[in-house]
Amino acid sequence: MFLQQFVNALALGSVYALFALGFTLIFGVLEVITLAHGAVFMIGAFAGLTVVTKFNVSPITAILVGMMVSGMLGWLIDLVAVRPLRKRKFHHLAPMIATIGCATIIINVAQGIFGAEVYRFPFDFMPAMSYNFWAIQLTLLQIIIVGVALSLMMMIIFLLNRTKWGKAVRAVAESPRTAALLGIPVERVFQITAFAASALGGAAGVLTGINFNAIHAFMGGPIMHRGIAVIILGGMGDIRGAVLGGLILGFAEIMSVAYLSSDFRDAISFGLLFVILLIRPAGIFGSNLERKG
Amino acid sequence: MKLLIKITVFVAFILSLVITAQAAEIKIGIAEALTGPVAKYGVPIKNGFTLAAEEINATGGIKGNKIILIVEDEQAKKEEAINVFKKFIFQDKVLAIFGPTLSNSAFASDPFANAQKTVVFGTSNTAEGITAIGPYVFRNSVAEADILPIVTKVATKKLGLKKVAIIYGNDDSMTKSSYEIFLRAINAEKLEVVDTETFAKGDLDFSAQLTKIKSLNPDAVFCAALVEEASNVILQARKLGLSDKVKFIGGNGFNSAKLIEIAGKAAEGSISGSPWFLDDPSKKNQAFVKSYTKKYGMAPDQFAAQSYDALYIMAEGIKAIKLSGNLEKDRTALRDALAKVKNFKGVGGTFSFNESRDAEQKGRVLSIKNGKFAIFAE
Repeated sequence: MFLQQFVNALALGSVYALFALGFTLIFGVLEVITLAHGAVFMIGAFAGLTVVTKFNVSPITAILVGMMVSGMLGWLIDLVAVRPLRKRKFHHLAPMIATIGCATIIINVAQGIFGAEVYRFPFDFMPAMSYNFWAIQLTLLQIIIVGVALSLMMMIIFLLNRTKWGKAVRAVAESPRTAALLGIPVERVFQITAFAASALGGAAGVLTGINFNAIHAFMGGPIMHRGIAVIILGGMGDIRGAVLGGLILGFAEIMSVAYLSSDFRDAISFGLLFVILLIRPAGIFGSNLERKG
Repeated sequence: MKLLIKITVFVAFILSLVITAQAAEIKIGIAEALTGPVAKYGVPIKNGFTLAAEEINATGGIKGNKIILIVEDEQAKKEEAINVFKKFIFQDKVLAIFGPTLSNSAFASDPFANAQKTVVFGTSNTAEGITAIGPYVFRNSVAEADILPIVTKVATKKLGLKKVAIIYGNDDSMTKSSYEIFLRAINAEKLEVVDTETFAKGDLDFSAQLTKIKSLNPDAVFCAALVEEASNVILQARKLGLSDKVKFIGGNGFNSAKLIEIAGKAAEGSISGSPWFLDDPSKKNQAFVKSYTKKYGMAPDQFAAQSYDALYIMAEGIKAIKLSGNLEKDRTALRDALAKVKNFKGVGGTFSFNESRDAEQKGRVLSIKNGKFAIFAE
């Protein structure tokens, strides 16, 4: 049974990691804690659901559409709410408050369009196939979730570390001013980052929607709390930290329910966060002195 | 000219007398939660009343008297419920009151109606002790405590259950109380509980709990959950490979049509109990479902069915009294007549009030077959 729970934890944790990855990327580069990330996540889920119900597309297409729509939304939030503040050199708090406003508007618009009902993907959308390896049973859904999440994460890490764009992003994350002096189009890097990070949030939204069959206007709330916990746990702005933190949180949640009781789930998860921060106050990979993209 | 005016006034006066004498209005107050999260129960309840009142009035009312429903939103708040009750009793001068939606509010507002000797009739209050508030308090809602033991007994016998698992939401008063009722019933049937799992309201991922349940091979899973969580529990259990032979047995969340809507094929075979069910083939119920769906664009739920029946039960009581025009006298007479209602045939089957003015109605054990509720076993 432990192996089966391990698979459950991996599926849950990789969605958390994917969500947190976008979250931390925006923080690392734009230096904004975007509290609209949960709303972006929710819109991604609705976008995926809409193309599936209207055009009967495949899961992968749904994820791509969810990513595109969420990415555009993230770009728009940056354009409308964050950029004007950035131009006036407001840092940290003001943009964060602005993103709360964005989240409220997005959630209310979604509620206006879709109502407060809970939606789900059609039943025949995902074939209920499963494969047995030794004592564990892998469903197609779990394989897709883990596969998509891991490949997106690897892709982002590859882009950041191996491409010119990634180099620019890392330079901006280090110091926007120096990057500008070196001729890097800082504003464009900001915009692309907002798009890419939000697209990751959208992918997490579609995966969550497919996995749990509960798409509604308020679905971004709980994962926002977890996302914040994950990026603090991993080290603010650190990519590896977000991935590892997400997986740790997923494992902590599943294992505490499996071996203790659901009553202890949040106590264990957040207790763990507390303990790790006592030992490493800046998070697993974080350091107080430098920011990483 | 003057004479003409005099005649007109005289005729008008006589006419008005005749009209008031012929069609008295029977005013009934409806206090339900129509806004906020509890509105998902309050609105169908109001719909049920409205439909029943329209039907009664369209067929000549009660002995020619039309029913006038005065609807107020009590917002599922205790204070608001009391305010609405005061307005009904003193200002609108209603004959009787239906509501409020939640038992919580009923404990606050019903003592007031009882003190004012006005009948208050709950259609959705299932907590213990509601009718103990006083002799003017009635209800037709059947408590889970009456239904779940029957469900457990019938399921145990028909499925030959020996060991079972339980999963329930432990942060909601309703699901927690259904869990306790189930547990008592399970112990009474001498079943072995191999595992008890919990979750919180709003949880999405039940894979850890269900993996554990699956590994212990129970014969059935008892589930006390609201409909959204119940549906996801079933769906995820089947996805994790829990065999179709292991049936889910549930409380109030399970007798909702929403379960079939959300869980689809996975819901097949799930067992629950209710006096009313949507696909009950009785003529009366089919007519109700048809006109409700036509009027409101969606199928009725248990709450709508209960309020629909409740107004007809109230009409039975009013039919039995002679309205004197003295409100205090009429209110007391109605109380006495209502308490005598027996063997009323409604959409939820045969209904009587017992001595404590609670519902005496047979709960039926249902299972989902081909996407519809059907009688599982008597």
